[in-house]
Amino acid sequence: MTTQAKPEEVSAGSGGTPFLSVRDLSVRFSTEDGVVRAVDSLSFDVAPGSTLGIVGESGSGKSVTNLAVLGLHNPDRTEISGSIKLDGQELVGASNRELEKLRGRKMSMIFQDPLTALSPFHTIGKQIGETFRKHTGASKKEARDRAIEMLTKVGIPQPTSRVDDYPHQFSGGMRQRAMIAMSLVCDPKLVIADEPTTALDVTVQAQILDLLKDLQQEMGTAIILITHDLGVVARTAQDIMVMYAGRAVERGTVREVLKAPQHPYTWGLLSSMPSLTGDVDVPLRPVRGTPPSLINLPSGCPFNPRCDFREQVVGGGCTTERPPLSPATGHAAACHLTPAQRQDIFIDQIKPRLG
Amino acid sequence: MLRFLVRRTLGALVILLIVSMVTYALFFAIPADPARLYCGKTCTPENLALIRHDMGFDHAWPVQYWNWLSTIFTGGTFNGVHCGAPCFGYSFDKKELVGGILLDRFPTTLSLTVGSAVVFLIFGIGTGMLAAHKQGKPADKIASGFSLLASSMQIYVAGPLALWALCYSTDLLALPTYVPITEDPLGWAGGLLVPWIVLSLIWTANYTRMTRSSMVEQLSEDYVRTARAKGMSGTSVFMRYAWRGAMGTIVTVFGIDLGVLLGGAIITETTFSLHGLGELAIHSFRDSDLSLLVGVTVVAATLIVFFNIIVDAAYALIDPRIRLA
Amino acid sequence: MSNEPTLKPAVPTVGSGDPLLSITGLKKHFPVTDGFLFKRQVGAVHAVDGVDLEVFPSESVGLVGESGCGKSTTGRLVTRLLEPTAGEIRYAGQDITHAGRKELAPIRSEIQMIFQDPYSSLNPRHTVGSIIGAPMEINGIKPAGGVQRRVQELLETVGLNPEHYNRFPHEFSGGQRQRIGVARALSLSPKLIVADEPVSALDVSIQAQVVNLLQELQRELGIAFLFIAHDLSVVRHFSQRVAVMYLGKIVEIADRKSLYESPRHPYTHALLSAVPEADPDDDRERIRLTGDVPSPLNPPSGCRFRTRCWKAQDKCAVEEPPLVQLSGNAEGHLTACHFPEEAAVSGVPAQRAEV
Repeated sequence: MTTQAKPEEVSAGSGGTPFLSVRDLSVRFSTEDGVVRAVDSLSFDVAPGSTLGIVGESGSGKSVTNLAVLGLHNPDRTEISGSIKLDGQELVGASNRELEKLRGRKMSMIFQDPLTALSPFHTIGKQIGETFRKHTGASKKEARDRAIEMLTKVGIPQPTSRVDDYPHQFSGGMRQRAMIAMSLVCDPKLVIADEPTTALDVTVQAQILDLLKDLQQEMGTAIILITHDLGVVARTAQDIMVMYAGRAVERGTVREVLKAPQHPYTWGLLSSMPSLTGDVDVPLRPVRGTPPSLINLPSGCPFNPRCDFREQVVGGGCTTERPPLSPATGHAAACHLTPAQRQDIFIDQIKPRLG
Repeated sequence: MLRFLVRRTLGALVILLIVSMVTYALFFAIPADPARLYCGKTCTPENLALIRHDMGFDHAWPVQYWNWLSTIFTGGTFNGVHCGAPCFGYSFDKKELVGGILLDRFPTTLSLTVGSAVVFLIFGIGTGMLAAHKQGKPADKIASGFSLLASSMQIYVAGPLALWALCYSTDLLALPTYVPITEDPLGWAGGLLVPWIVLSLIWTANYTRMTRSSMVEQLSEDYVRTARAKGMSGTSVFMRYAWRGAMGTIVTVFGIDLGVLLGGAIITETTFSLHGLGELAIHSFRDSDLSLLVGVTVVAATLIVFFNIIVDAAYALIDPRIRLA
Repeated sequence: MSNEPTLKPAVPTVGSGDPLLSITGLKKHFPVTDGFLFKRQVGAVHAVDGVDLEVFPSESVGLVGESGCGKSTTGRLVTRLLEPTAGEIRYAGQDITHAGRKELAPIRSEIQMIFQDPYSSLNPRHTVGSIIGAPMEINGIKPAGGVQRRVQELLETVGLNPEHYNRFPHEFSGGQRQRIGVARALSLSPKLIVADEPVSALDVSIQAQVVNLLQELQRELGIAFLFIAHDLSVVRHFSQRVAVMYLGKIVEIADRKSLYESPRHPYTHALLSAVPEADPDDDRERIRLTGDVPSPLNPPSGCRFRTRCWKAQDKCAVEEPPLVQLSGNAEGHLTACHFPEEAAVSGVPAQRAEV
């Protein structure tokens, strides 16, 4: 039996009215093998102009959440419940026409692999200008000028000639810059970046992250940065949400979550990553086992089969009761261990391992 | 582009040379003596030798091939008939110049092919796009079911069935026949209606399936998702993005199909007793009519090679990533 | 330090004894052809352009660099999957640069390869048993107790259930598949394993499990590794010596401590500073390289890094810097630079480097 925790109230990330507010979001796909519970009772907020990093491994539901925000899932096979409010407007159940008006204008997306995510058949300028024309009704000429302006802004050299190039004529880093230009062309207030630098080399990654930060400051855009790399989050975000098996297991500011993590899964992630300064002659301490099937989730806490600390929970609720994300505001974790226990375990056992 | 076309045309000429040479070689590998067939029942050895000489069969095949090849450029005289360059030889069986026969037969094949191609392209691509759009819904299932059924039909089954149903038992439509469009446009269309229907039915099914599968594939591409994420409407995503991507495959297959069909639809023409290139190919083979056989083969090969070049050039226009070299 | 199970420190016998693998002046140029009727070579991609490298028995040498630097090509040349254009490859003293199939046969079993993609590098139609057993059958090796017994031992060694002998690759997760790849490489008891990005396709926690496995094997079985990766932290964790490649050349090579704490080549320095660390207090000096890696079709004259180097002077365009031990460098620390970084400058702040 899984006891469903009551929906928690969540504070806006950095205070003020959130621009995006997600409450109790659940996303289920029906497949031949059964119902995939990709996202389960997820709540979070993104404040205007701030960056939320969503961290998790494949299958944690981080990408699905954001496709649901944009309404890009296949409506025939997907069931969405809960609430997604963008600037006060409810998106769950909104018509396709309404969503089309919002996508690209109020919220936009940057995808992981710019080579496949940009159309090979249209010039960079057309792809950028098209978004602009769709939402502003600008002429072809105006759209082209705007595309050149955006390419200049994202640091593409010779934008007046490169605007007529096709994506395959750009390098990987340039393509991602073009993708950023495309997503920002209508000055959206929310940009969702799904692993924007994973396909790039480390020096280019640094350039792109800097660019995103600069543009954010200039335009006041809120960013959701989806990534598996805690380092990328540490460099770019103010808040972090760690996801596991479709749920948020830990949430807080970057400093809170990376300096004093509370959830065993976050501990596992941190000690899985070799650092540039850590000891080299000790083995890494990865989370054991493999992520669960989203069709057949373990009862209680979905992390319990891989957790090293579940024996220490008084009353042993790990396999029966799903822990809520608590406290309701600020730094929170979804774990049955008491805050004092977590504090002790982190300081005694986890912290010494990290570099 | 020009460089590409010149280079590929030169390559095509080499291929045609090889095809014609192989046809010659194969013809002489078969134990048949066209001179004897031509000589008839009262054949004396002298007569036979004379005929052989007249027909040019008294040389080894490479020499004969060389003669055929040079005649294309120089022309020649056969049985008192003058044949100006380009001259593709003389059919001793039909007592006509090969070039003339081919020109005579080609319009039938062309009409048959182009007529049905127009129909199957429109219906095939239309139905395929509809099926892709309504993926998994009843419309898709009906379209897919129909196309599976129709594409498993063979012309020699569907043809006679259609003839029986539309012509012999009901007299709804005229029996297939070819009337030049310049003489009687209505008669031209009426005479070819039944073959068009049958041929289109089968090919529509193929194009439906192909269009559907390449559209479905394109719709799952990342860049289509990006287009949706930009706020593009469903129709513009479908037409401007997915269809643009699917077009390459369809143009490629269509170009090759067109070459094959124009080279002579042997079974179709036989089924409907139409006198096109396909029927000619069979007859020339049956009658051991070497110069006609080589002529038909070279025409078919030319068409296929030609459309291959067109396809490659078209592909480069559709997909900017392809560079012609 | 907590009571971690410290592994016995590996003894990298750098420079002592005879190298297992020795590469000198290795080059691989891929011809680029063009022509109207007849193809003629109009240029060449200088994928690997004069690499010198030694790998000693039981040692792990890391090869890092950004995409297109030639690290993977080097791996494929060493395993002779590609034919070198020039230079020499010696394995255990024997010249195998252009060795034919017959001469290579005994050596092929001693040099094995692990590939990046655990999905495409295993034949989906073969059972795990036949995948792992195939190298033994091809090489006519009959282990005591039979092939099946040996395969089951190997499965156990890499941490898989030996009863899963008859399963197919699709029944395993990404991490487990990579273990199958490792078991296949181990089946001939190799002395050298060339691992090409063996963990980069895996999730963080699974990646750590595989790194631990490889490290254990390296130490317990005394296998030498040429570990090719783009992740500098993973390479540091796994390899005693590290070589940095840029545009087909090694620009710096050193013991990991020396390389990561005191990089002398500006490129190494920039690369290290670009790595994001999961630490909000990470205040390392950041060097931002501009632009992209130039095309290997037409590499810059002199020092190849000069087009992106902030220290480049006229000399760099004219004279190619040799890979030498600079004054102030530790033993075996070679750098190819005319204007190297100060010996004290470090990609990692000193106070953190001591942790």
